[in-house]
Amino acid sequence: METLWFVIVALMLATYVVLDGFDIGAGIIYLIVGRTPAERKAVLHTIGPVWDGNEVWLLAAGGTLYFAFPLLYASSFSGFYLPLMMVLWLLMLRAIGIELRNHVPSLVWQGFFDVVFSLASALLAIFFGAALGNVIRGVPLAADGYFFEPLWTNWRVGAQNGILDWYTVLTGIVALVALTTHGALYVIRKTEPPISTRARRVTLVIWPVLLVVTLLSLAATMYARPQLLDNYHAYPLGLLVPFVVAAALGMILHGALAQKERLAFAGSTLYLAAMLVGAAFALYPNVLPASTDAAYSLTIYNTAAAHYGLTIGIIWWILGMILALGYFFFVYRMFRGKVKLEAEGEGY
Amino acid sequence: MDSALLVDRLHFAFTVTFHYLFPQLTMGLAPLIVVLKSLAIWKKDENYNAAARFWAKIFGINFVLGVVTGIPMEFQFGTNWSHFSRLAGGVIGQTLAMEGMFAFFLESAFLGLFLYGEKRLCQRAHWATAVAVFLGSWLSGYFIIATDAWMQHPVGYMRAADGSFQLTSFWQLVLNPWAGWQYAHNMSGAVVTGSFVMASIGAFYLLSRKHVEHGRMFVRVGVIAACIACIFQLFPTGDQQGRMVANHQPVTLAGMEALFQGQPGAPLVIIGQPNVQERRIDNPIILPKMLSFLTYRRWNANVQGLDQFPQEVWPENIPLLYYSYHIMVGLGTIFIAVMVISVLLLWRRKLYDSRAMLWVLLLSLPFPYIANTAGWMTAEIGRQPWLIYGLMMTREGYSPRVSAGNGLFTLLGFMGMYTVLGILFLFLVRREIEQGPVWLAEKVEPLRRVAAAD
Ligand code: HDD
Ligand code: HEM
Ligand code: HEM
Repeated sequence: METLWFVIVALMLATYVVLDGFDIGAGIIYLIVGRTPAERKAVLHTIGPVWDGNEVWLLAAGGTLYFAFPLLYASSFSGFYLPLMMVLWLLMLRAIGIELRNHVPSLVWQGFFDVVFSLASALLAIFFGAALGNVIRGVPLAADGYFFEPLWTNWRVGAQNGILDWYTVLTGIVALVALTTHGALYVIRKTEPPISTRARRVTLVIWPVLLVVTLLSLAATMYARPQLLDNYHAYPLGLLVPFVVAAALGMILHGALAQKERLAFAGSTLYLAAMLVGAAFALYPNVLPASTDAAYSLTIYNTAAAHYGLTIGIIWWILGMILALGYFFFVYRMFRGKVKLEAEGEGY
Repeated sequence: MDSALLVDRLHFAFTVTFHYLFPQLTMGLAPLIVVLKSLAIWKKDENYNAAARFWAKIFGINFVLGVVTGIPMEFQFGTNWSHFSRLAGGVIGQTLAMEGMFAFFLESAFLGLFLYGEKRLCQRAHWATAVAVFLGSWLSGYFIIATDAWMQHPVGYMRAADGSFQLTSFWQLVLNPWAGWQYAHNMSGAVVTGSFVMASIGAFYLLSRKHVEHGRMFVRVGVIAACIACIFQLFPTGDQQGRMVANHQPVTLAGMEALFQGQPGAPLVIIGQPNVQERRIDNPIILPKMLSFLTYRRWNANVQGLDQFPQEVWPENIPLLYYSYHIMVGLGTIFIAVMVISVLLLWRRKLYDSRAMLWVLLLSLPFPYIANTAGWMTAEIGRQPWLIYGLMMTREGYSPRVSAGNGLFTLLGFMGMYTVLGILFLFLVRREIEQGPVWLAEKVEPLRRVAAAD
């Protein structure tokens, strides 16, 4: 039962990353690919109707985590207090950037919110990456199941961790690069030249960087937390993951070069999903490893709620998921196709 | 301000109070927009569609603020109240997770279609998206109320060996009797806000002689809805909430009424200042025996006073509790008077020309917000010193590792951020009101309008 909920939460988080990932990514490259007001509006229109729904995956995953693994929720949210609050502020800035921008047809107003939106998107990507890095690297848990991390200490991976050290900064950069790629590929799919041309150029420039940081992060992970390889030794099936990642990288490059938009976007989706599945697979059954003493690590067993609640949860979760997938299918169908550039100077 | 507990309490109180300013309008406007959309289709009158579109714009701005201030609420259970979450997460996590799965997905998916999709959908499908948004926001309200209701009146749980609360009955949690009346009262409170805002903006248009056609429509729809909701607010819902408090939290009731001495035939204090040191009400104006009657339907029933409870379980801030409660009930009574008179004038076809009444409607705009906030303060301060009533104290629930300094840092951050958000909100809404519904109607291709309809 605990394992089932671990898989559910991991899948929901992965869905969140894949879905919100492309609109965050679109936000990161927004100022680069959209030059004129009309072009910028077109880029925003590609994500306008869907970004809020995508973000709900974060809330739903958070809620599910809360009820299935209350201790994990309590410990990690209070331990990551400062970075989470900053994530909240960034989520707010991003949301008001995108939503309030078009209400006033003024270049000053829109220019301001454009920058707010784009910067908040980029910082969010870095924060999410760093958060994942923290979970992989482990945190200074005490016997009572709690910890508190300051933003940084000595930037080294050791017992006195801060949120930021060289390892988590690296994972933050991986996330930034990966989401930029993902967003660019989404924009290519949803727009027409000249926006899509610029987005394609972004992809081709960033692809080698993605390759390099991916390899770097793999090496760094083995150095920062060698225990993560245990599950791969125990269940060699997991070794598929690196192959999938490599294949996904290939799909992105081939798709971008051969102008196969769908293939490339599928590639970046696969890339994100595989990276996350790889991490979850390596962690299991830990959910928050301790950097202090392995006995203090939080696992799915010592954090889960009681069985009755988890069993009931399965029933309504399946029901809710069917409904949610139904809505998503419908909404994406309604807004399928490319966003056309509107006539220059057209206000709101 | 050096105690982490105090900071965490202020943190939660500040952010949730600010958050609730927005959902109350969301939940209040959503059914009214459905009404406007239905009238548009039924009467085939494009004017109603323009009105629905206008309110949808205000709804959209308001919704964004609700979302961005709502997300921190969900996080704060873990960040600032981690010990509470750890112990109670197995129970209240259920309702919170269901809120995400059933309400937020529904709401956010269809809001996009409702706001951006009018040109892609036919009128009936567009109407359906409005209904979906309405259902989503009202469902969301239910789950959050059920969560709060469990903290006020815990049911369907057991305590595990490690002290944590675990669910034993899903249906008891979801059908908590406390939640039913609380939900009814709270939702009609939201409709009060929505309809007062609509009537107030209508009155503004009429008084400034702009968009007169729509001004009348807003006043008409707003006043009728407000009248129904205001009465429902007092009876049966407010009355029933009061009886629930009397039955399950008698000490809270004593605090709300600042009834220091329990007695048969207890009086109702209309105005007066509680003096906790001296254990009495200063300058009281009272209705004799009224409290006994309202609570137990008998003039001489015995009502328990604060003196019958140990002081450790008294609500901590009795004056604030008393004032919150009296502000809510006082405003509620005034609302009923205002709206009944307005409906009478409307019926006599005098409302649109009665400048005095229109001024009253115009100026009434902030008061439903005050009443709703005061109502929540009553509920939450009345629950103190308990976090989960009778089971867990507030001082046991906060995050042990988050220092007061870190908490204060983020509290100040939220205060700054919310000030900016509030200013932006007012600025944008003012712009929409200036532009008005007609301006919007010109921008979209007009619907088939039946010539005879007007
Ligand atoms: C427009 C808003 C509004 C108005 C006019 C009223 N209320 Fe109210 N009241 C609320 C908005 C509200 C609320 C915000 O919705 C509360 C807070 C918690 C809750 O569930 O509903 C509430 C709670 C609440 C409680 C529960 C307090 C607790 O849980 O400790 C009682 C006993 C009443 N109300 C009674 C009344 C009475 C007798 C009213 C007479 C007219 C009244 N309310 C008007
Ligand atoms: C929008 C409506 C709400 C308002 C205005 C409100 C207001 C408040 C206030 C003023 C306090 C501080 C009380 C004190 O410290 O003396 C508080 C505390 C709290 N409320 Fe609410 N509340 C609302 C809804 C909720 C809901 C729906 C929940 C649960 C799901 C909730 C859970 C809490 C918690 C956990 C605390 C902190 C512990 C405490 O101080 O009691 N509140 N709230
Ligand atoms: C009486 C108390 C509350 C009610 C009735 C309420 C209701 C709502 C509603 C209707 C929304 C939809 C968005 C909007 O229109 O503004 C919303 C947003 C939200 N609320 Fe509250 N809320 C309350 C307090 C809280 C509390 C205590 C939490 C913490 C768990 C919370 C969490 C959220 C979240 C996360 C959102 C964003 C949802 C989205 O993305 O659509 N709310 N709330």
